[in-house]
Amino acid sequence: MSSGPIIELEGITKTFGTGAAAFQALKGVNMSIQRGDFVAVMGPSGSGKSTTMNILGCLDVPTTGKFRFLGTEVQSLNKDQRSLLRRRYLGFVFQGFNLLARTTAVENVELPLVYRGASKSERHASAMRALDRVGLAPWAHHTPAELSGGQQQRVAIARALVTDPEVLLADEPTGNLDSERSIEIMEFLGELNRQGITILMVTHEPEMADFAKTIVHFKDGLVERVENGNRVRHGKHEGVTA
Amino acid sequence: MFGTTLLLAMREIRRHLMRSFLTTLGIIIGVAAVITMVTLGRGVTADIEEQISSLGSNLYIVFPVQGERGQFRAFDEDDVTAVREQIAGVKAVAGQVDQNVTAIHNGQDWETKVEGVSNDFMDARGIDMDDGRRFTPAEEQAGSNVCIIGPTVLEEIFIPGQSPVGERMRLNNVSCQVIGVFATRGSVGGGGDDDNSVFMPLTNVQRRFTGNNNIGYMVISYDSAYDGDTMTNSLIDLLRERRVLLAGQANDFDIVDTAAINETVASTVGTLTIMVAAIAAISLVVGGVGIMNIMLVSVTERTREIGIRLAIGALAREVRMQFLTEAVVLCCFGGLVGILLGFLLSFSLSSALGFPFVFDPFINILSFVISALIGIMFGYFPARRASMLDPIEALRHE
Repeated sequence: MSSGPIIELEGITKTFGTGAAAFQALKGVNMSIQRGDFVAVMGPSGSGKSTTMNILGCLDVPTTGKFRFLGTEVQSLNKDQRSLLRRRYLGFVFQGFNLLARTTAVENVELPLVYRGASKSERHASAMRALDRVGLAPWAHHTPAELSGGQQQRVAIARALVTDPEVLLADEPTGNLDSERSIEIMEFLGELNRQGITILMVTHEPEMADFAKTIVHFKDGLVERVENGNRVRHGKHEGVTA
Repeated sequence: MFGTTLLLAMREIRRHLMRSFLTTLGIIIGVAAVITMVTLGRGVTADIEEQISSLGSNLYIVFPVQGERGQFRAFDEDDVTAVREQIAGVKAVAGQVDQNVTAIHNGQDWETKVEGVSNDFMDARGIDMDDGRRFTPAEEQAGSNVCIIGPTVLEEIFIPGQSPVGERMRLNNVSCQVIGVFATRGSVGGGGDDDNSVFMPLTNVQRRFTGNNNIGYMVISYDSAYDGDTMTNSLIDLLRERRVLLAGQANDFDIVDTAAINETVASTVGTLTIMVAAIAAISLVVGGVGIMNIMLVSVTERTREIGIRLAIGALAREVRMQFLTEAVVLCCFGGLVGILLGFLLSFSLSSALGFPFVFDPFINILSFVISALIGIMFGYFPARRASMLDPIEALRHE
């Protein structure tokens, strides 16, 4: 893989709707993220941070502008090609955990591997390793309803990790958790980052953003400012440039 | 991947067992109805064929009908001989004549009929013996006073459990010796009891009962290897010539071909069966609509799940395949249960109605395949809808 930025956004705009009802959510976002960074995206609601995350997660495409992910021009890919990109390189952690109900933890974690065509035994072994990594191996056969919020989020993280992704996208990962569980989760994400995974996280809580190396502030569809270098907790920084 | 998809589908169906069952009820009923109808149709056909074959198979029955001037002209022994000698493909020809008589034995009266027949007649009609023996050639030649009684006559005026062979009985004023009992030949239409009869040599009945040489009808057994139409035509030509019918005059006799009856009845019942099965098949389509309905509900209910799957990298066609597989598996389950139910229904109905149970593997396999096809047809639209969802929207769905 190249030594350049893992993610590059160039003049990204996103317009929803057409004509008089059109709404421009992003007005020209430029940003590049280095491999191994831990980026927190902050901003008031309506500032464009969720839209940016959707584009970064290859779930959505920009109206104009260029999004290079690992050197691939994502804006020119079709739906299935973007699916394959997500399958191969991305892991998702959501605010609402988004586990499949009435499905055991290990089956949830196996899900991404199903689409990779892994064999049953491979899937199970990998899923158990991932659950072990988040400390939930003993709960492998419990359904989400039988797990606490913090545990559910850790299952979700295990599901994101099971494919060894390049980038982990976390959308308000602590939004549904109390502060104690939140800090646990953030410490765990920090640990993963130290192990080499690039993490992009949306949050509106400054305490959670403090775990990141870089904080990107959004306002009115633009990057307002970028804070980096002051993350004492994590030592040296790698740059996000706006 | 396909094994996994199948497994996922099974798991999803198990999770909603009651709903899955109710969903497939339409398919179950449809398949069961089609199978029951077709199986019963086959049973009825077999039953009728059996009845017709009790007439004897590959047989012409020739009898006089009213001519143009309103008269009946009977056949006689010369006609029988002519047919036997002049028509190619004829195996045996036998004349029959009958008259109503009162049979008396042990002081008991019984209204029956005497039939003048021959061993050839019994061969052609396929009549077996229950007891005793047939006529000897000498008895047929001489017209001896020997008789073969039918099961009804045996039951009515003979002592139960005792062989009547060797006993004497009286038919009107004619005394005869019982030499045998013929096996039941059932009732063939018309409501008459064919078992209520006494056989005597033809010449004897002509001499002592009817008082002339007339023959009521002829049975002609033929070799099925010969062309039926040719044979029928030459038979008609021969009889017209012998009865001196001019060109333009209608036949004053009628020829019934049991093979043709067989064919006609079988094709009529077959048509009816297809019609009833088609009506039953409508319920299969209705069942398919039920599947589509529930699959659409299921897609809406599981929007978030679909969002998750798409987000972690499922392709549209993989999501489509998942829902399609679910629909097909549901329909196949429905098909299997329907086949089982159809088997039970048709089996108990045929035994209740007294038809033979004819298991038809073809219709069972066909119903199963059709239910799977219905799964594909009616599962495709919901599955397509699932695969077209936008992952962002789907994840936001509550």
